[in-house]
Amino acid sequence: MPGDLKDGRIVIVGASLAGLRAAEALREEGFTGSLTVVGDEPHAPYDRPPLSKQVLLGQATADTTELPMRMDPDAEWRLGVRATGVDLLAKRVLLEDGEPLPYDRLLITTGTRARPWPDPDEAALEGVFTLRTCEDGAGLAERLAAKPERVLVIGAGFTGSEIASACRELGVEVTVAERGPAPLVGALGGTLSKLAAVMQRNHGVDLRTGVTVTALHGNGSFTGAELSDGSRVDADVCVVALGAIRNVEWLADSGLAAGPRGIACDAGCRAFNMYGIVTDDVFVAGDVSRFPHPLFGYQMLSLEHWGNAVEQAEVAAHNMVNPGPLQRPHLSIPTFWSTQFGLNIKSVGVPTFSDHIVIAQGSLEARRLAMVYGYQGRVTAAVTVDMAKALDYYRHLIETAAPFPPPPGAQDRPIAADITIPSEVPDPSVLSHGPTVALTGHLPDRRLTVV
Amino acid sequence: MDSETLLARITDYASRPNPYPLYEELRQAGPVVWQTDGNCLIGTYHQIAALLHDPRMSAAPRPHGEAPRQPFLRVDDPEHHRLRTLAMRPFGPPHSPRRIEGMRAEIDRITKELMASFESGQKIDIVDDFAYPLPVTVICRLLGVPREDEPLFRAWSDALVAAADVRPDQDTTETDKAGEQARMEIGGYLLNLAEQRRGHPSDDLLSAFVNEPDPALRLTQEELAVTAVLLLIAGHETTVNLITNGVLTLLRQPEQLDHLRREPDLLPRAVEELLRYEPPVHMRERIPHADIEVAGTAIPQGTSVILVLASGNRDPKRFHEPDRFDPTRPDNQHFGFSSGIHFCYGAPLARLEAQTALGALLPHLGTASLVQDPPPYRQNAMLRGPRHLPVHL
Repeated sequence: MPGDLKDGRIVIVGASLAGLRAAEALREEGFTGSLTVVGDEPHAPYDRPPLSKQVLLGQATADTTELPMRMDPDAEWRLGVRATGVDLLAKRVLLEDGEPLPYDRLLITTGTRARPWPDPDEAALEGVFTLRTCEDGAGLAERLAAKPERVLVIGAGFTGSEIASACRELGVEVTVAERGPAPLVGALGGTLSKLAAVMQRNHGVDLRTGVTVTALHGNGSFTGAELSDGSRVDADVCVVALGAIRNVEWLADSGLAAGPRGIACDAGCRAFNMYGIVTDDVFVAGDVSRFPHPLFGYQMLSLEHWGNAVEQAEVAAHNMVNPGPLQRPHLSIPTFWSTQFGLNIKSVGVPTFSDHIVIAQGSLEARRLAMVYGYQGRVTAAVTVDMAKALDYYRHLIETAAPFPPPPGAQDRPIAADITIPSEVPDPSVLSHGPTVALTGHLPDRRLTVV
Repeated sequence: MDSETLLARITDYASRPNPYPLYEELRQAGPVVWQTDGNCLIGTYHQIAALLHDPRMSAAPRPHGEAPRQPFLRVDDPEHHRLRTLAMRPFGPPHSPRRIEGMRAEIDRITKELMASFESGQKIDIVDDFAYPLPVTVICRLLGVPREDEPLFRAWSDALVAAADVRPDQDTTETDKAGEQARMEIGGYLLNLAEQRRGHPSDDLLSAFVNEPDPALRLTQEELAVTAVLLLIAGHETTVNLITNGVLTLLRQPEQLDHLRREPDLLPRAVEELLRYEPPVHMRERIPHADIEVAGTAIPQGTSVILVLASGNRDPKRFHEPDRFDPTRPDNQHFGFSSGIHFCYGAPLARLEAQTALGALLPHLGTASLVQDPPPYRQNAMLRGPRHLPVHL
């Protein structure tokens, strides 16, 4: 009976952005039953994007990024408690301490964690950081404020690049080691990655590309690292920014379709079990989910985006308390942003789902542009650099599967707007750390060999 | 009635007190409504939003003859971006993030001075006694223009605004000429003021513009003149309507006035709702640089497309019960400040002024009443607002 859906017991595992927004949305949708939110961090839900920006620059402290609550979701918060499993048959979440939590419907929003340095002894050296939690942010900010001689950043994805940018803004010397040919290449493809490389070097970053770090050295404290090209970097702080790992290990025995790319769910956020059968009472949202999107060939998308966590959580919450015919699909177009080296980078669509690009407005020389990505003759993504106001137009082109390259007539349109070039999105299997959008499904012409 | 004459009927002075039924007719006949002169009107929210963000839509007027240099409001990217960024440096983030907030105390003080003589039982004109002098004093202070020169630039401003109005049925040669003359005079006047500050900087925008040390970040004389004119005119032709419309709306809706008096914390949201419900700017013109398509209708390159922002604000496909003034309205993404790259430069200042002004007036409005409803309106259909708003306190 539909009325029952507004009542009963709902458990949310994961107390960050997606978990909080889902809890609020459940109440807004009229859910009056009991609501329990379990989180392994001891903090109330907090915002992570500032941790690699304002917090490192000293403009805000790591303990001030708590997420504002739009309303009190009247939930029981079980914070600092790790979930260790779920029993789908008995409908209970197992906790590392305490009684199992019974549920009528379960939402999984456990997100991701920073990929640690593979050698635990080297990772334990004082001065070696990852950046995901507010403790990470506080610790790294404190070290940067003390003006270290040099910081080594391993990995030039968005997090690594933003950390390098913060170092330079603070006047701290920084070396960035990236396995790929240029920064951000995994997320934005070849052309913008070259711009990113130029920006880093112009801001005084010692950028090393095509190299891996083979060992971290130190006697208790980090002193330097060896690179695969035989060189050595002396530094007193090291930030490991090798992407994220999805928090799915606790579901290993659950029978859910959980793997390294996340938990598979349908367009309505309902989790699949390991046989590919959709569950009725287990939902997934945020970074830990992978879901099909019709605009991108029904590929299963894994996104590490703030906006997706919010939007998917709201759809999941709606569907948890509404009967089938009233449920909604999660179809929003992925978006993300980054600020680094004085540039504001915004993206809409899925840049990695592309074969060609064109600079539709502005220019690389002006450091201000709109780049449009196409796949087999239609627009699938756009990335703007210091031109965010143009984004809505390109979002509309993506939503309507407009032909690529986009039509002429734009203001500030360069001559190059007629020239499409390959997007040079690398095969994800050769990357040492994932892009923030991963295509995890199957396309006949773009088979992923290793995931 | 025939939708081909809608623009003429909207701009007809008789429609000024209540153009909203015409806007409803426009949305019903739309989204694209052709006019007899070959121009078109668009009044539906989603189509307006798409066009305001469409980089193929030009805000520059069609050139005829020796076109004078235009302010950034009527310039396209990349030149628009350069001029607007330079003008923003002394005014807002990222270079002057606290500039507007820093004016709060002064705006409070000016508001209190204007209200000092208000007494209950007295009859005042909200426009002349309050809503006009407040933003004028503020923009003069901000730009660095002597307040006592106000009668001078009020005449120039009237001529300029008349020339910028949409008047499809009228011969505009005379108003255009008068506008051009006013533009020259006011530009010269502001340049002269700026020159006096060269080497003697004080805490105002003209000083900041003329004393910029980096040549790459300096406006030319001509750019400085048109930018300063734009800021002076925009700074005092729009906020006056916002404040006046606010008083008018609240006095017409005593239950909402009571609500606000009980919960003054709602004021910032009430101002947003006001920007949706009775915006100071009703229309903007755009011209496509290429043949475009709007909701299945082809619009050729070069067509004059008039976006009726105030109609988009009342579109039931976007806003629930759009004709209701509701200060608690959620998700209120109105076009009161437009949208896209030409989003109002002065929005933070306008918000602060309107919140301060209406907040200060609230305690007096409980016993106040309108002397005349509807009040007499100004001629302008694009920048719509009452010429006077007599009120019994």
